[in-house]
Amino acid sequence: MAIEPPRNFAYSDIELDAREGEIVESFLKSHQTAIPDPIDWLNAPPLASNVLLTSVDKVVNWSRHYSMWPVTFGLACCAIEMMCTAASRFDLARFGMEIFRASPRQADLMIVAGTLTWKMAPWLKRIYDQMPDPKWVLAMGSCGTSGGIFKGSYSVVPGFNKIVPIDVYVPGCPPRPEALLQAILDIHAKVDKMSPTRRAVEG
Amino acid sequence: MLDLDCIAVHERLKDKFGEGASAADNGRLSVKPDRLTEVAAFLRDDPEFNFDYLNSVTGVDHKTHFSLIYRLTSLSRKQRLDFRVDLTDHDKPTAPSVTPVWRGADLQEREIYDLMGIEFTGHPNLKRILLWDGFPGYPLRKDWVDRDA
Repeated sequence: MAIEPPRNFAYSDIELDAREGEIVESFLKSHQTAIPDPIDWLNAPPLASNVLLTSVDKVVNWSRHYSMWPVTFGLACCAIEMMCTAASRFDLARFGMEIFRASPRQADLMIVAGTLTWKMAPWLKRIYDQMPDPKWVLAMGSCGTSGGIFKGSYSVVPGFNKIVPIDVYVPGCPPRPEALLQAILDIHAKVDKMSPTRRAVEG
Repeated sequence: MLDLDCIAVHERLKDKFGEGASAADNGRLSVKPDRLTEVAAFLRDDPEFNFDYLNSVTGVDHKTHFSLIYRLTSLSRKQRLDFRVDLTDHDKPTAPSVTPVWRGADLQEREIYDLMGIEFTGHPNLKRILLWDGFPGYPLRKDWVDRDA
């Protein structure tokens, strides 16, 4: 009488193959009739109830407001807080901003988070200049407002407004994600007040 | 990891280089700047020391003079040594470069030159590394004042 070799698995390869064959065969037998396509959208209401009259300003502002793409400009520790804002707990995506662009060409909000040194400042300006209009800038953290704890240092720009125009300042070292969200909502409010069809008046 | 006793090291250096090359005061070893290169090469190549790794070069501004602090580690013999090089000239401090001995000193000496203004003779590429060309002065010196201040 031959001794059976020890079995490493619950099923041998042959048994597994047979099982798979049974599954596929039964699946083939039970799926011989076509599933009907969902066509209830064809019976949509007529055009009149789908038309909404509004002003161009409102539409443009609405679309800008609810699809604002930020360009990441994380320079220091505030960038960690910015990532946290974009991550699952605080979830920037609730405000239509889940796409952080790494390219300034496709962004309209620049969140400058961190300490700006004079060595980096020309490149901040360059990124800002590469962004298409309309664009908004959010200075995040104490370094963005005044230089923060590094004010008076030989290498730190005392406030980003020396380099680019700032729309909203977020104080804090670093600001909590809630503060950044509040600042973004302020930017949204600012967008809603704009009038894209008319040239913005300075001042 | 063993920290070498600087008195014993000083005795070895005295046997090798004579009286004027090094001194052991207050339990700290100091090396004369004009003998630094040969002392460094000796510390690296001597089988008893064999300091093959330079942890750091640090510049210190004492207001009257500058110091350089070298931290050495021997990875093969598991021992450490710190020594000091005093530069008496506060206006134009110069020290011989140890980059030919330890390549790791290259960027650190450039940084000291950039922020403290200590010139390293014999350095292969002595120019500013953190700040830009044309920056006025050396910002880590004690007597440096900011342009905006």
